Amino acid sequence: MEQGIFIFLGLTTVASAWFVAASQNLVRSVFMFFVTLFAVAGLYVFALADFVAVTQIVIYVGGVLVLMLFTFMLSSKETLEKLEESRHPVFTLKQFPALLVAAAFLIVLVNAIFKLKPDQLGWILQATNNTFRPQDNTVTNIGTNLMTTFLLPFEAISILLMMALIGAAHLARKERSFD
Amino acid sequence: MLIGACLFAAGLYMVLTKSNAIQVLIGIEFIINAGVINLVAFGKYDRYHNSGQIFALFAIVLAAAATAVALAIILNVYRRFKTIDPGKIDELKD
Repeated sequence: MEQGIFIFLGLTTVASAWFVAASQNLVRSVFMFFVTLFAVAGLYVFALADFVAVTQIVIYVGGVLVLMLFTFMLSSKETLEKLEESRHPVFTLKQFPALLVAAAFLIVLVNAIFKLKPDQLGWILQATNNTFRPQDNTVTNIGTNLMTTFLLPFEAISILLMMALIGAAHLARKERSFD
Repeated sequence: MLIGACLFAAGLYMVLTKSNAIQVLIGIEFIINAGVINLVAFGKYDRYHNSGQIFALFAIVLAAAATAVALAIILNVYRRFKTIDPGKIDELKD
């Protein structure tokens, strides 16, 4: 049962990701991107990382995708129509090198994973009583660790996030000297 | 991890082929997500320090910040060049 759900989520992730990659229609690919992100959040739940899954949904689905939808609705209608009419077959000669590079990377990664045998790594075998149990309360533990062990990265990333927000607002501002 | 690898390959393919900056951005998001899947998968074996999950959170926040900045840049580029095709933008400063 659980294995079945896991396989289903994994297949959904991969299939929708490839659909997004192959689709020529921008709107359709953005909506399939939703599906991919939800499936990835489900996979996080299977790795017993419920807090990360919730964060994924809130940040990506709530923030990033709304931002993307805004952007291409702000860009004018003609561009969208021009994008849609320029459809060609899914794999053209222009895309062949990219497909080759992607396939080569995939082969190398899969090969490395199979050679590594992640189930039999030393530190994972030693971590038998350090593994998450489904009844653990992860959120409390994450909060405590975030404020003690990982305080410096936490502060650094908060400052970086603020800089990114200010920079994005500055970049997106209307400038009068443009035309 | 296999799913992460597939997602990474899809993202790489998208970054290389797409003629639309927003789709390139989605490809980058896929690559980041593939990395985060691996962090979370191995974070399962660290119950006391949660380092995998915490760095997964950091990576998600970084991705969100990067997306915000990149979308602002795309808007600006569109306003200046009237196109969001990276292959057609060939000048740096007029």
